[in-house]
Amino acid sequence: MENPLVYFNGLFSGSKKHNRFLSLLFNRAEVTTEARQRPPLAVMVRKEIADHIRSWRFLILLLLILLTYAGSMYISLSNVKAAVANENDPDRLFLYLKLLTISDGSLPTFHIFISFLGALLGISLGFDAINAEQNAGTLTRLLAQPVYRDTLLLAKFLGAFTIVSTLFLSLALLMIGGGLFVTGVKIEGSEFIRIMAFVVVTVLYVGFWLALSILFSVLFKQATTSALTVIGIWLFFTIFYRIVVSMIVKAFFPDPVYLSESEVVSYQQLLLDFLRLAPSQLYTDATTTLLMPSVRSLGPLTMEQMAGAIPSPLSVRESLLIVWPQVTGLVAATAVCCALTYYCFMRKEIRT
Amino acid sequence: MQQAIIELEGLSKHYGSLKAVDNLNLRIAPGEIYGLLGPNGAGKTTTILMMLGLTEPTAGTATVCGINATTHPIAVKRKVGYMPDSLGFYDSMTALDNLVYVARLSGIPEGQVHHQSRQMMELVGLAAAMDKKTATYSRGMKQRLGLAEVLIRQPEVIVLDEPTLGIDPTGVKDFLTLIRQLSRQQGITVLLSSHHLHQVQQVCDRVGIFVGGKLLADGDVTSLWRNLSPGENTVVNIQLADPASVDPAIPAALKDLEGVQAVSLTEEGMELSCSANITPAIVRRAVQLGLEVMGVQQKAYGLEDIYHRYFENNVNLHKTDGKSTGLFQRTFFRKQKA
Repeated sequence: MENPLVYFNGLFSGSKKHNRFLSLLFNRAEVTTEARQRPPLAVMVRKEIADHIRSWRFLILLLLILLTYAGSMYISLSNVKAAVANENDPDRLFLYLKLLTISDGSLPTFHIFISFLGALLGISLGFDAINAEQNAGTLTRLLAQPVYRDTLLLAKFLGAFTIVSTLFLSLALLMIGGGLFVTGVKIEGSEFIRIMAFVVVTVLYVGFWLALSILFSVLFKQATTSALTVIGIWLFFTIFYRIVVSMIVKAFFPDPVYLSESEVVSYQQLLLDFLRLAPSQLYTDATTTLLMPSVRSLGPLTMEQMAGAIPSPLSVRESLLIVWPQVTGLVAATAVCCALTYYCFMRKEIRT
Repeated sequence: MQQAIIELEGLSKHYGSLKAVDNLNLRIAPGEIYGLLGPNGAGKTTTILMMLGLTEPTAGTATVCGINATTHPIAVKRKVGYMPDSLGFYDSMTALDNLVYVARLSGIPEGQVHHQSRQMMELVGLAAAMDKKTATYSRGMKQRLGLAEVLIRQPEVIVLDEPTLGIDPTGVKDFLTLIRQLSRQQGITVLLSSHHLHQVQQVCDRVGIFVGGKLLADGDVTSLWRNLSPGENTVVNIQLADPASVDPAIPAALKDLEGVQAVSLTEEGMELSCSANITPAIVRRAVQLGLEVMGVQQKAYGLEDIYHRYFENNVNLHKTDGKSTGLFQRTFFRKQKA
């Protein structure tokens, strides 16, 4: 480092350099003739993406997801022959969907894995979005620039969202390419649409956790507190929620022996509705329907409804109609998180 | 006063029962260098944050460049460059990247961003270190980077919160000289907060003394003193050759002079406080009394004395009578405003 004596040398001496300095500073006309400006949102999103890509945290999660992907692909590729030959399975001809959904029991399938890891990915990309900047003192500087506060929030969300979408899209395309390469079977249009819809649902699901963790990064000053809180919520929904719901059901629901069939169905429906308050349930429902074309309902079906039904795969449009409420639910939950974040952040006092 | 560029009216900020800023009225004219002076926790930073719309006032308005900072913070931020007291940078990025990022955000056209940032780095003396990560920067270097960031936006008003914190004395001098020069040549208004009295005294046209959320006084250094103690305008110190052997009758004799209010013996000689500047008469009398005068000094009051005096008053009043404090300060404050 140079001598502190030369900090501002040449600035005050009235030299040529000094004049250039002032003309650079204050000759506005000279500046405005130049080209366009970049919108602040684009600048921020760019920086966020660059930050994430260079961070160790993201690399580790990427590695985890790639491992999961490779593991489940290996298992499904080695079992795909048997699955396709299974005459009783109406979905047996959807080779590429099979690749994503079959397992020999030694590993969960890819979409089940993602319902855990995706949440973790979303949390890890967002839990320190705002409070880390606040603690580092960069938030004050950033907001002293002429940018809206919501631009910052949006940039935080979109930056991570872009990364997640790119990641899952590439994984899906890799999987299709790998399948083509290994089996040589042509992919059906409907399969492709289903897989893309799966990618969209996955990204939305990760987006929900991302929005939730950004909300907590605004609420809590310490990054560790916000991380622990979101992880706590995640654990609650993945592990305890099911137990809590079944406990309540046992305590309050009447014994099914004394009920008529329609009452049992309506109670069953209610139970499912409670379970669907958990985002991971919504995700699993949606992906199962998308990846297994023969799934025709996510609730209980009565015998009358089943009567005359041929066990055949549904069309893409019908599967999409079935998952529409789930997708809407995920989007709504994300929107609620975002709205709360805005509400908390817009009037927050910014100081370190 | 001419049209004010910063105008605070009845600005207050309460945190629960704590009044961080209490009914603050302040006008700063364009091109002025104004020093906000006060101890830690006096509400300086809170006031600055309210001027930038980073904190919402509980009551009152902050108008900067004719724009309400609470309702239109973006328009204000376009014209104001702000350097916070605790500067943080993105440690994983180089200094130049940090500057480029902010330059882009502040709306500098894409074609010029790199060129201008480089030039600015050179000019604050960071050319050699501009490709280093800011994690390796020292406090002084960060301060310079912060200044580059403020200046690259070509602001009309510069707000500096504790700008000299953590810089070595030479750096401080250069920094303050630069700020004064910019203000004088380009008519930039500068508001700086500090608790370093002599630094503020060096560069500021006007200072405001800010204690416990209230602006106790503002004005230039001389008028502050005059307002503070109208009764004891002048203090004259007489240095004597042999202070120990002063005849006890002499102080009384000096006190008989018209205008002399108090005489006290000090280690070096005598200190007289007078209602008017009557130094020549005092010297004449002292010589007549046979004192061996080595030197006569009319005491000049610095900001430090003023500051301590205000602060003392405030503390004393708190101690003696809590209720009268507000009253005293309020009446005093009105006087200042008028």
